[in-house]
Amino acid sequence: METVLKIENLHCKVQDQQILKGLNLEIKKGEVHAIMGPNGSGKSTLSSVLAGKEDYEITEGKILYQNEEISELSPEERSWKGMFLAFQYPIEIPGVSNINFLRTALNEKNKALGKDQISAKDFLKMVSEKSALVGLDNKLKNRSVNEGFSGGEKKRNEIFQMAMLEPTLSILDETDSGLDIDALKIVSNGVNTLKSKDNATIVITHYQRLLDYIVPDFVHVLYDGKIVKSGDKTLALELEERGYDWLKLETTI
Amino acid sequence: MSYTEKELKKELEGKSYEFGFVTNIDSEKAPVGLNEDIIKFISSKKKEPDWLLEYRLNSFRIWSEMTPPQWAHVEYDEPDFQSICYYSAPKQKKQLESLDQVDPELLKTMEKLGISMEEQKRLTGVAVDFVMDSVSVATSFKDKLAELGIIFCSFSEAVQHHPELVKKYMGSVVPASDNYYSALNSAVFTDGSFCYIPKGVRCPMELSTYFRINEAGTGQFERTLVIADESSYVSYLEGCTAPQRDENQLHAAVVELIALDQAEIKYSTVQNWYPGDENGKGGVFNFVTKRGICGYRSKISWTQVETGSAVTWKYPSCILKGDYSVGEFYSVALTNNYQQADTGTKMIHVGRNTKSTIISKGISAGNSQNSYRGLVKIGKGAKNARNFSQCDSLLMTDQCGAHTFPYIECENPSAMVEHEATTSKIGEDQLFYCMQRGIPEEKAISLIVNGYAKEVLNKLPMEFAVEAQKLLEISLEGSVG
Repeated sequence: METVLKIENLHCKVQDQQILKGLNLEIKKGEVHAIMGPNGSGKSTLSSVLAGKEDYEITEGKILYQNEEISELSPEERSWKGMFLAFQYPIEIPGVSNINFLRTALNEKNKALGKDQISAKDFLKMVSEKSALVGLDNKLKNRSVNEGFSGGEKKRNEIFQMAMLEPTLSILDETDSGLDIDALKIVSNGVNTLKSKDNATIVITHYQRLLDYIVPDFVHVLYDGKIVKSGDKTLALELEERGYDWLKLETTI
Repeated sequence: MSYTEKELKKELEGKSYEFGFVTNIDSEKAPVGLNEDIIKFISSKKKEPDWLLEYRLNSFRIWSEMTPPQWAHVEYDEPDFQSICYYSAPKQKKQLESLDQVDPELLKTMEKLGISMEEQKRLTGVAVDFVMDSVSVATSFKDKLAELGIIFCSFSEAVQHHPELVKKYMGSVVPASDNYYSALNSAVFTDGSFCYIPKGVRCPMELSTYFRINEAGTGQFERTLVIADESSYVSYLEGCTAPQRDENQLHAAVVELIALDQAEIKYSTVQNWYPGDENGKGGVFNFVTKRGICGYRSKISWTQVETGSAVTWKYPSCILKGDYSVGEFYSVALTNNYQQADTGTKMIHVGRNTKSTIISKGISAGNSQNSYRGLVKIGKGAKNARNFSQCDSLLMTDQCGAHTFPYIECENPSAMVEHEATTSKIGEDQLFYCMQRGIPEEKAISLIVNGYAKEVLNKLPMEFAVEAQKLLEISLEGSVG
């Protein structure tokens, strides 16, 4: 299968602190990769640096997205190329309706790709189809982006946006945090429905729980800015049982 | 690669004024300076009746004894009132009947402003009274309005044809002695707009005036008088632009609204006078007195979007005299570079069961200073008066300032006054979130700012809301792209 993302020896600094210290990762189309690791291991840094957030300085290494080095691209350019980040803490934008926000996003993307603007009719049809996927309440669509949403609603909204933008690579940053078991099922179901042989997903999580619902093809353990162990889904179960300490020990030796 | 606050700052500094062009039209100017002779010159130029000349001279005497107000949170070099030209009329003697008679240069100016009158006429049904350097040059839709008995004309015309109305109401809401600049205006005003809506008539279209300062070194002192007779309704739009000039220009207008019993006046302003360059050089001083008075069950609603002027000093106010009358003030004030704005409102509750609402949204960028100053006064007799005020500030940089000065004077224990205020900084997280979804930085800023100002923009008439949104975008847009 075709490689979607290839990270080579990635070193990244945030405010003079070295967070990623030689990370390697390769993801092919149709795959789901889970990245686990203790607090402070660099999980969120990885998602931010992939999405192109400012203040994340790459000091060494490469990020190849569909065989193209993207380190110098702006966040929106990466988005247009099909990268999507589901935020751990979705941001509120008062006064901007969810619908207007998404329509702007879609139209900007179409503009950048030289495509026509989406018609109001097609857009609304798409909205009703995609929101059904995560059971997003109708009234939330016209409310300001994430404003006054509950934790679960915010996460559903992220997956709704993901469905609308149809990304090639989705990065779910601790999407399970703050979700009760029902919401977790709904969100996972949405992600699974969107999964295809043409896209890939990175699931960043603390807990094995989410991986019962979104079953990964590979599990990687991130520790101290590097991937120290990779395996299949059984690795997640092992981590659940034994914690991370044995890995820390392994890496220091 | 990614977007930093420094870059945002740089962008905000780089935005130049889009309407900075000068029209070459010969104008007839008065000699510079201010004295009784100049006032007599203006008055005779305009063939005014004696009572008006007397009013002007009296105002001038009052002004001569006054000193400029110092209490506003703004700093500037005081204009030299003796070096200003107080009368500058485009050379067009004849009364105009149609657009064809208008100087093509002037029409070009309007086109550059994006207000092609022909198009406006056809598409929006807006009757525009276009005031350029003090004298009204073209008024449209007059006939249609006349059928309903609505008078919509330049102030000078009103003085000639409806002196009884002008005499009765001029200065009744803003007396010459009210403040330094209203006194100055009352002495030297050259033109403005006049509007009268007869009893029970609902004005079928938005009335609109564009003000524009064109001649270098001229001050603009216009007067607007809107009278809504009993049970009538009118929505009035005012837009302002000024070409780019290096020296500061003075703009001291007076606007008076009279809403008689059960009448409603909606007054909307979009102001983008030249704000000066990115170093704070030049720009318009905008010292304006706007006030309305409400009769029984009447309503006055001020909506303003202020993006221009080097210094703004403006408090559109309502005197809620009649029982059950309602006053509203919705404002978005955006300052960038070295602009300073001190703006807000006064709600004076006199009658019983009067209600007022204040929604103020300040946006500060660059090194600018943006202040809200408002007074809510509940008089002794204002039983059951209600006020709600909300003042929000949005900061775009670390160098700008936002200030709120709310004053509340309450003399009646049955009154209920609420005040809410928030200050927030435009979030890098918000920008990143938008950009991650594929919305480029500039668009994201405009989306966030428009969302923030939405409550107020929603109050504007449709065609103005679009323009205002564009204006906010332009005012914040960087040199990028």
